[in-house]
Amino acid sequence: MYTFSSRLKMASFIMMIVGLLGIGIGFMSAPSTVEEAKAIVASHGDAHAEEASHEMVSGEGEHHAEGHDAAHDEHVLHQLQNKPWSALYVAAFFFFMIALGVLAFYAIQRASQSGWSPLLFRVMEGITSYLVPGGIVVFVILVLSVMHMNHLFVWMDADVVAHDHLLQGKAGYLNPTFFLVRAAVFLGGWILYREYSRKLSLKQDESDDDTNFKLNFRISAAFLVFYLISESMMSWDWIMSVDPHWFSTLFGWYVFASMFVSGITVIAMVTIYLKSKDYLPEVNNSHIHDLAKFMFGISIFWTYLWFSQFMLIWYSNIPEEVTYYVTRIQDYKLPFFGMVVMNFVLPLLLLMNSDFKRVNWFVILTGILILAGHYMDIYNMIMPSTVGDQWSIGIPEIGSVLFFAGLFIFWVFTALTKAPLQPKRNPFIEESRHFHY
Amino acid sequence: MASKVIHAYYNDDDVLMHAVKKVKGAKHHIEEVYCPFPVHGLDKAMGLAPTRIAITSFLYGCVGLSVAILMMNFIMIEDWPQDIGGKPSFSYLENMPAFVPIMFELTVFFAAHLMVITFYLRSRLWPFKKAENPDVRTTDDHFVMELAIHDNENELKNLLMDTGAVEINVSEK
Repeated sequence: MYTFSSRLKMASFIMMIVGLLGIGIGFMSAPSTVEEAKAIVASHGDAHAEEASHEMVSGEGEHHAEGHDAAHDEHVLHQLQNKPWSALYVAAFFFFMIALGVLAFYAIQRASQSGWSPLLFRVMEGITSYLVPGGIVVFVILVLSVMHMNHLFVWMDADVVAHDHLLQGKAGYLNPTFFLVRAAVFLGGWILYREYSRKLSLKQDESDDDTNFKLNFRISAAFLVFYLISESMMSWDWIMSVDPHWFSTLFGWYVFASMFVSGITVIAMVTIYLKSKDYLPEVNNSHIHDLAKFMFGISIFWTYLWFSQFMLIWYSNIPEEVTYYVTRIQDYKLPFFGMVVMNFVLPLLLLMNSDFKRVNWFVILTGILILAGHYMDIYNMIMPSTVGDQWSIGIPEIGSVLFFAGLFIFWVFTALTKAPLQPKRNPFIEESRHFHY
Repeated sequence: MASKVIHAYYNDDDVLMHAVKKVKGAKHHIEEVYCPFPVHGLDKAMGLAPTRIAITSFLYGCVGLSVAILMMNFIMIEDWPQDIGGKPSFSYLENMPAFVPIMFELTVFFAAHLMVITFYLRSRLWPFKKAENPDVRTTDDHFVMELAIHDNENELKNLLMDTGAVEINVSEK
């Protein structure tokens, strides 16, 4: 049995407290009036303000420019008010998606009856336990959005829809009630599978036949069908709909690749951490090697989808589609291209060598890089639509990441203490123990 | 030097693996093992040096990437500038996304094909080459371990019989 070390527990609490402070400061310092917003923008002394004044000097109609400016100032105020919410939402979703990615990986291992992985099942089950708190937090943020506490989802604003023909056409799907019903169904389905599969997994240890194992196999295969559909729709609802005019048909796959590689990376990191504390004695470096191969392969898979989405839109150059990338390349150049380096170039070069995939500290180092890169990926999906060019990575963003990281660590490692780390009666446990590459 | 070799036959890959480990444990040099299919881990058990084919593959991939870049730059930008998707920029960098699939494909093409050709060259395989295996059964269901004899024929025979060989032949090479 694993015991949660007090040092790690302390670290997770400190992260949560510091994170909460950061989130609080983020909300306190968000402007509540146009004047405050102007002051914030001016204090940054960015090119934006200069541009606006240039416009004045070059003198179109004075009156015209003023009206434009007032609308613009209002817009900036909304962006700055959105900023702490977006920071919270990106971090909440990022840690939730790690658990969801691990759940998909776990279900695939179950459905494919893999021989190598049963030793890691308890680690995966521990990580997926975060689905409950993480899912609740994301759901609460969505409910608050529906209640107009923030303006993350512009289509929730009845005023906007009234003046937008396209959004009226989409209102049958994109309306607050149906949106929340879908979110509840998705979360309910994922959590139900997680809890039931975990129960069967624990029961298998105590039973004297394989009925639990077989049932687990069947529900995992069925779950994967549900997951594929629900994950894709979730990505349209929770992420793509922040840009309600824009659409991409492979978006669900793209988000899936991001959560899958982040999840696998966290499995590898937690496994290596537990091994360094002398738990999981049967896990050998071939298991780590396999996880690192998945990190390498899925990083390339992510890039493939990222690029497929980009190239088709770049090539066809249809205004309503290409605007998505124009804003990202104009206002988010560094995070947008930096993310490709972190998620593709560096994992490709660092994990290419077969021997490096067995070196624990190397896997951890690349893992941190991949996780940071996929945080940036989610950041790039949400921020351009919610805060526009007012983005920065400051106290609210780092605070949110720290808070959810602390919660994640606390919850996952608490769940790991609840059951023996090595399954006893999994029919493939012998194969997993002798796994050797 | 015409030397005598001993051929030990096995009909199971697990038995063969144990035999190889035992023979290596007794400090004998194994000349060669002929198998009907690749046996996982046999190279390590025989003490062969790790393969360097992955390094050549990486280098070939770099060559393929460079060829793709130079080729597309010449064809699409320099020799006969093309209007790509209504964006006639005449710049390689700005049209780069259109070339990525070609860069990727040629990298894979060069890496894979040249790696296979390298493998053939290194294993001295070419069309109409005469087979080197000592017995046709190694293409069916038998494994043959070959050891050189240095005035220790009986000792080797006993050792190999102990490892579960189904047949032992001594021949001139």
